[in-house]
Amino acid sequence: MSPRATSRLEPAKTNPEFIRNFCIIAHIDHGKSTLADRMLQLTGVVDDRSMRAQYLDRMDIERERGITIKSQAVRMPWQVDNQVYALNMIDTPGHVDFTYEVSRSLAACEGAVLLVDAAQGIEAQTLANLYLALENDLEIIPVLNKIDLPAAQPEKYAEELANLIGGNPEDCLRVSGKTGIGVDALLDKIVARIPKPVGDPNAPARAMIFDSVYDSYRGVVTYVRMIDGSLAPREKIQMMSTRAVHELLEIGVSSPEPEPTKGLGVGEVGYLITGVKDVRQSKVGDTVTTLNKPATEALKGYSDPKPMVFSGIYPIDGSDYPNLREALDKLKLSDAALVYEPETSVALGFGFRCGFLGLLHLEIITERLEREFGLDLIATAPSVVYEVTTENGEQITVTNPSEYPTGKIKKVLEPMVKATLLAPKDYVGTIMELCQQRRGTMIDMTYFGTDRVQLRYSLPLAEIVFDFFDQLKSKTAGYASLDYEDDGHAEGDLVKVDLLLQGEQVDAFSAIVHKDKAYAYGVMITGKLRELIPRQNFEVPIQAAIGARIIARESIRALRKDVLAKCYGGDISRKRKLLEKQKEGKKRMKMVGRVEVPQEAFIAALSTGEEKKGEKKAK
Amino acid sequence: MASLPISDSNFTLGQAPLFGDPAISADRTFHAYVHIPFCRVRCGYCDFNTYTATELRGSSQAGLASVLQREIAFAKTELETQGFAPLRPATSVFFGGGTPTQLPASDLATILRDLRTTFGFASDAEITTEANPDNVDIEYLSALQKAGFTRVSFGMQSAVAEVLATLERSHQPANVPAALAAAKKVGLQNSVDLIYGAPGETLQQWRTSLEAAIEMQPDHISAYSLIVEPGTKLARQIARGELPEPDEDLQADKYELADELLSAAGYQWYEVSNWSRSVETRSVHNLAYWRSQDWWGFGPGAHSHIGETRWWNAKHPATYQKALSASDLDQTLVNSPAVGSERIDSKTRWIEKLLLEARIADGLSIADVKVANSEANRVISQLIADKLIDAALALRGRIVLTLQGRLLADYVVRELLG
Repeated sequence: MSPRATSRLEPAKTNPEFIRNFCIIAHIDHGKSTLADRMLQLTGVVDDRSMRAQYLDRMDIERERGITIKSQAVRMPWQVDNQVYALNMIDTPGHVDFTYEVSRSLAACEGAVLLVDAAQGIEAQTLANLYLALENDLEIIPVLNKIDLPAAQPEKYAEELANLIGGNPEDCLRVSGKTGIGVDALLDKIVARIPKPVGDPNAPARAMIFDSVYDSYRGVVTYVRMIDGSLAPREKIQMMSTRAVHELLEIGVSSPEPEPTKGLGVGEVGYLITGVKDVRQSKVGDTVTTLNKPATEALKGYSDPKPMVFSGIYPIDGSDYPNLREALDKLKLSDAALVYEPETSVALGFGFRCGFLGLLHLEIITERLEREFGLDLIATAPSVVYEVTTENGEQITVTNPSEYPTGKIKKVLEPMVKATLLAPKDYVGTIMELCQQRRGTMIDMTYFGTDRVQLRYSLPLAEIVFDFFDQLKSKTAGYASLDYEDDGHAEGDLVKVDLLLQGEQVDAFSAIVHKDKAYAYGVMITGKLRELIPRQNFEVPIQAAIGARIIARESIRALRKDVLAKCYGGDISRKRKLLEKQKEGKKRMKMVGRVEVPQEAFIAALSTGEEKKGEKKAK
Repeated sequence: MASLPISDSNFTLGQAPLFGDPAISADRTFHAYVHIPFCRVRCGYCDFNTYTATELRGSSQAGLASVLQREIAFAKTELETQGFAPLRPATSVFFGGGTPTQLPASDLATILRDLRTTFGFASDAEITTEANPDNVDIEYLSALQKAGFTRVSFGMQSAVAEVLATLERSHQPANVPAALAAAKKVGLQNSVDLIYGAPGETLQQWRTSLEAAIEMQPDHISAYSLIVEPGTKLARQIARGELPEPDEDLQADKYELADELLSAAGYQWYEVSNWSRSVETRSVHNLAYWRSQDWWGFGPGAHSHIGETRWWNAKHPATYQKALSASDLDQTLVNSPAVGSERIDSKTRWIEKLLLEARIADGLSIADVKVANSEANRVISQLIADKLIDAALALRGRIVLTLQGRLLADYVVRELLG
């Protein structure tokens, strides 16, 4: 066992020979953050007293949900055979919504720890990230975590890992992030196996931005990996994509608290502060160079994040609209992937059409808006982007069902995804059935070991944004895992279903669905609303329609009685207060024509199921 | 109950509420309500302020008349001190409960005599008491008549034994016609109260009750929809699933049946829940509430409305009695039994006017609606279109509910208020 390092290598002067840059690839819940905690403790960068669980996960949501949204980098000293090394651990987001950020984090490393729960085996998300790591030519160190669990089956899963990446099952390290067993051996192995960074110290500076975080005190903090050359404080730096020039106010490393340094050299990982206030000026994937001696060629791999899922976000209390705008403006500072524009809905009033990387991203943003800014929000059912071509050749991009053209339509293209599903083989039938229902086409099926199967499907994104993941989990007792990637567009037989309340269209409930599912959607939404809208003093028909054709109909019977029988003993105050309460209640109603619809009805009808949210939180 | 004490700048516990500007009361009549908070047993649906013998603690039924006497004297002093002299004679007196007839007729007579001596009665004053058909006979009723009572209202509720059992009413259905006949015989105007919508009551059972009431030919019939009040035994029974929840649609059917049968038998509605055989036999006291007249409510838990103020007394007879107990040797200074009050400003007064007058057959003037609702015309035309108010009367400037409108009276009021 290696001792704690007796000294630390000074940043900016570190020989790349003694630098190791690595990340940890793991599925949610497989213990990445706990393992990171142990490494921080073992290397002594965080003393036992200030240690807290999931040290690196800064946002409340991250810690509560046990997932990492924004990646971080930590520099840790480690000594092997009397030589001190600097290990840079780059924490990557684990979720598929953040694939782009993952790929940038991977590009900043030479190696990856592939962390797998010894009681659960490899999951689809891990496979997806493993694939990305191999694409980036990273050295992979397979590690089984949670070996202290009674249910751990390290032999079985070591075999599985060996089959997957080659090598012997014995090469697979066994650790417990919880107890710390094997963590020192892992650090030793990182030093031994992961290649040193290679770069030209004399070339013009090139640093790749792998994360960009907004800090309300210090502005944007940009995390970089130096590829070539070096950067020093007070230097003028330039972003290669925008050519924007900033002064380097501070440069340093995280250990894990920020420590200003005299600069960063080849192979080092650290942060930059320039005083900019908007992460859009410091985009993930961009290359940083200096103004005096600029590089000519940017590093590869930069692309703008593209929103995949859209949802209308409205304040429940209309007077919160300016606050919502302000909150989104603030979140945008730290989340380059969030896009939004004002939108109005007849039913919901003023709000914003927001674009997200995926469903988790949507959920995280709405939750942050509610939690960090104290807003009560309604999010409309998520939808995807359709490319519609009308009969007369007009091309329309539809991010909101209300933009769907009314005339004749020649063709509709919908976004597709390639989904990777991993589950015990007993669930193959169930999964195939579910994918079939969701208009999926199977690409292939692969067995891992004796009892686990990987299914790959081509699926319309629209089919998975709603409740696919919940269905998958409930139909497979939670065993199946899902990962998906963008797979272009395909033509779909789609129609727009409108909802009419007493003949008036309610935009918030319009949806673009496959022709074969229009009827089921119509029946579902009319039925749901019949339960949710209170009786009015006239009959209210609820209809679902495709164009002028009614496909489903329900009706709310007229309310016949709304009167208090008597006022006992002259207690008029009581009666008047009851009336005032009723009037208060009326204020919370949204009027659709003459129909009073309680706000709650919109929320309940639009939510894809409250239990879903609870379930995810419970994990 | 919503009638919790309200902190109110012109109210101090122990002191009489301030009634405000006497000019407000200039064109109002004066009425007296007397609350007798005693019952032999408590019915399962009842959340009224009433007590059985075992619940009375430090007070007694027998002592009530003398305690009421003090509140009557207190009322006189306060009204005079606050500028309401000369006192107006009472246009009506109403003894309610509880069960006023739990007291001997002589007690009721004593209380009435005190009121008469203190305020005087208008020549055609309506003096009513509620009565349990079980504990009055012709002698009792005759004694009331001699004491000055002009009217008696029987709690009949239903003619169906099964329904009475659900309501936990103890009286025998057969006692009602006998009591009513006795009332007629001694020359008292008479009324019966019915309740519809007891859990499990069928439309046919309700018809039976209506027909039984009509058969007796009282001067006046009230029909109240049962309200399941929180905290009652009935509410608990429904919550536990022992009794079915009242079905509002069936309640509406029952109201319509009541109006149909009563109208056919010559009874005209004059307030949502009240029908009478002639304009003369409408309850003056009942209308006083709907027309926001002045009244003093005497007794535990009673509500009053004088000038610009509404207030209410301590509910428990013992607390009520304690407040009114003499606090000096001369036994003249007493504390007010009021525990809460509410100042009715002009805006609130307007709301109450709409809320209350919309319910009566004479209706509401459209001019009054327009006072504070700029949208009045649009609202009224929609109410006509929805057949909730009478179109012909609306054209003549009055808002009067249709049958359908009476069932949706609260909705209509909310619309009118805007």
